Amino acid sequence: MNKDLDWKPLLLVPVLALAALPLTGSFSTWLTLTVAGLAMGMIIFIIASGLTLIFGLMDVLNFGHGVFIALGAFVASTVLGLMGDWTGSQVLWRNLVAVFPAMLVAMLVAGAVGLAFERFIVRPVYGQHLKQILITMGGMIIGEELIKVIWGPAQIPLPLPEALRGSVFVADAAISKYRLLAVAVGLVVFGLLAWTLGRTKIGLLIRAGVQDREMVESLGYRIGRLFVGVFVVGSALAGLGGVMWGLFQQNLIPQMGAQVNVLIFIVIIIGGLGSTGGALIGALLVGLMNNYTGFLVPTLTQFASIFLMVAVLLWRPQGVYAVTNR
Amino acid sequence: MSDNLLTLEGVHTHIGAYHILHGVDLVVPKGQLTMLLGRNGAGKTTTLRTVMGLWHASQGRVRFGGKDITALATPQIAGLGIAYVPETMGIFADLTVKENMLLAARGAKNADAMDDTRLKWIFRLFPAVEKFWNHPAGKLSGGQKQMLAVSRAIVEPRELLIIDEPSKGLAPAIINNMIDAFGELKRSGVTILLVEQNIHFAQRLGDTVAVMDNGRVVHGGPMADFSADAQLQQSMLGLAL
Repeated sequence: MNKDLDWKPLLLVPVLALAALPLTGSFSTWLTLTVAGLAMGMIIFIIASGLTLIFGLMDVLNFGHGVFIALGAFVASTVLGLMGDWTGSQVLWRNLVAVFPAMLVAMLVAGAVGLAFERFIVRPVYGQHLKQILITMGGMIIGEELIKVIWGPAQIPLPLPEALRGSVFVADAAISKYRLLAVAVGLVVFGLLAWTLGRTKIGLLIRAGVQDREMVESLGYRIGRLFVGVFVVGSALAGLGGVMWGLFQQNLIPQMGAQVNVLIFIVIIIGGLGSTGGALIGALLVGLMNNYTGFLVPTLTQFASIFLMVAVLLWRPQGVYAVTNR
Repeated sequence: MSDNLLTLEGVHTHIGAYHILHGVDLVVPKGQLTMLLGRNGAGKTTTLRTVMGLWHASQGRVRFGGKDITALATPQIAGLGIAYVPETMGIFADLTVKENMLLAARGAKNADAMDDTRLKWIFRLFPAVEKFWNHPAGKLSGGQKQMLAVSRAIVEPRELLIIDEPSKGLAPAIINNMIDAFGELKRSGVTILLVEQNIHFAQRLGDTVAVMDNGRVVHGGPMADFSADAQLQQSMLGLAL
């Protein structure tokens, strides 16, 4: 066991879950809410993981992140629309054969647009936060309008593939099949990010570049190119998050990314800037908090995440696992 | 001259509105240790940063091994075989000592791929690097950080080491350890350009010396001559030895 592991933040998720147990009335209700909250947290994590890299590590206040979420969802709707025979099948593997290419194409398109977004919109304003906010918001508005040009201004339905609809029952608790898929995808994304950042030389370079960009260049590495790559990966992850969020909502509008922008900023602030593990904990906490509050006090759902963020920052002002010192 | 590994000719450097270097002429002979001395604010650090491309010369030429590197980007300059240890040491505090070393070993994908023989040589020069191999670099003492910074610079063979004030803030015992290590590096044939404020450190190690004042090199020559001339030292550095 790693003696240096800071285990206290790991307890937050079970503590929050156990604290809600006496309030929910029955064990099966609590279990349903908890599993649904954890799954929702995983979807939020997938969406937020890209911004963890872009804002947390690169210090780019990308308020345009939402447009990559929307773009991913709309691209997936086109791909899944072309694979109607596969999504309409009752056989799970045939559904997955449709969903995985949709994820891949969404990530590729979002990554490619991210490359152009970094080159023409973000690069001129590195290190200038106010300008970053203004220009990336402008970029998002342009992106949303382009989505309307391509897919039309109306809401587009994105139905779940047949075999992913409905629930399975565990101890009288209904667990949505799609949420189980979301948990699996979220765990894969977390595992890949944690492995890349923690175990590979590229991850080492990224972590070093966050601390002292100039010294990394003095060691002979082109950190600028590496950070372009980080931006592209962050955008692609937003595209993947868009696919998951779109299938979760089952309806797409061009502003769907902007609607979750605040939520994902809350998640990465709770997690600590640049921390993948922190973002996962933050996302799970937000997912649980939203579900419990939605069941117990629906009128307070909108404030629950902000309340959670304030409480965590009072305990740890830089988030639960800060990687950078900003 | 072909025996000079690094040559600066009439280099001017501006940082924003400030004109810092006013025509620096400097030669670093191959295989020797050149000391760059001067008062605070004389332009020593700016000269090193200009060589590394961290600040670009607005006028003049920087040549390394005969190649004009004036307009090259920092990673390209480092890739030619120049290692740089800044005054701040540039240690990645959140990474372990091993990870700091691995970053500098450009040819190694992981710690196991680092040159074992060279690592053993470094561990002999700086035992603290081996002792704290898996510790976070940010938790090392100032002297240990400086040892790590120099070790990182030599983890792979480089043609030129550029080191900015390695003795700054270090205890006398650590400085002696540093002097021994630089002496061994010299004997290994590596060329070194070293900025130093500590004149005793400089005299024990330097083969040649260049003294800077007001953004120019105002004296250059063998260290032995400089060391023997107290009046010259007094006039160049304001020292009363």
